[in-house]
Amino acid sequence: MKSLAELQAIKDRMKDKVILREGSEEIRVVVGMATCGIAAGARPVLNTLVEEVNNEGLTGKVTVSQTGCIGICQFEPVVEVFEPGKEKVTYVKMDADKAKRVVKEHLAGGKVVAEYTIAAYKE
Amino acid sequence: MKELSLNILDIAENSFKAKATLTEIIIEENSETLTLIIKDNGCGMTGEVLNSVTNPFFTTRTTRKVGMGIPLLKSEAEMTGGSFEISSQSEIEFKDTHGTAVKAVFNKKHIDYTPLGDVVLSIVTLVQGHPDSDILFNHTIGNKTVVLDTREIRRVLEDVPLNSFEVIKWIEEYLLEQYSETN
Repeated sequence: MKSLAELQAIKDRMKDKVILREGSEEIRVVVGMATCGIAAGARPVLNTLVEEVNNEGLTGKVTVSQTGCIGICQFEPVVEVFEPGKEKVTYVKMDADKAKRVVKEHLAGGKVVAEYTIAAYKE
Repeated sequence: MKELSLNILDIAENSFKAKATLTEIIIEENSETLTLIIKDNGCGMTGEVLNSVTNPFFTTRTTRKVGMGIPLLKSEAEMTGGSFEISSQSEIEFKDTHGTAVKAVFNKKHIDYTPLGDVVLSIVTLVQGHPDSDILFNHTIGNKTVVLDTREIRRVLEDVPLNSFEVIKWIEEYLLEQYSETN
């Protein structure tokens, strides 16, 4: 059975990390989680992003957060990537597999997955 | 929505938007019905706003003119022969007791009933997105109960954020473990 003692151990491990992390985050990943996004499948996209960012060891560098309606509901699930000094990248019609690739190639590898961006759909 | 748990995720978002410090998500289930209550201590709504929230052409958002969350839940409940209620007290009129409560009852045996689905994932998603507000989740199935109170977790963690990956994982496993005991 999971216990609060276990949580205490997590806390002790995390304490140092928290201090380390402050101010060192560079990339912000935002998932649209309004009614439109959720209905279109944003929940598994969000969860995959959180999971994979951790698996790739990017937690100090990347934050994954949620937002409301981005305003392009027909393209949901939508994921936006903000990186200082770079133009925002908008990924559209996302799913868990696409999210995995974005973490690997874009967030870890630094190369935008062009075929999933809104530009690719607008053509 | 494909799963009722997605409606829960969607409706609870309203509570965080209303700056609730505590959002209660209560599910009571027996073999016939499922009752869902989402209750918060957020800013609440005035009577005028409250009367319009079940209208899909009312929304607080500015990006477009249709708000589907509440009307969707209402119609999904009523489609099963169930019921839907919403009540609210705005912080302007009710300084100490403000907040909103939504209650939806579903007939589980009706053909139009949408299964609950992965409620654990919805709760975890809510904690991930709103680490600074508290959630009290209570799911009663017959005589068994699954509970999560983030206030207890916060007391142990002190200033470690609730959306730290290890904490999120712990919460997920904590809930899954409780569900495995209800079977």
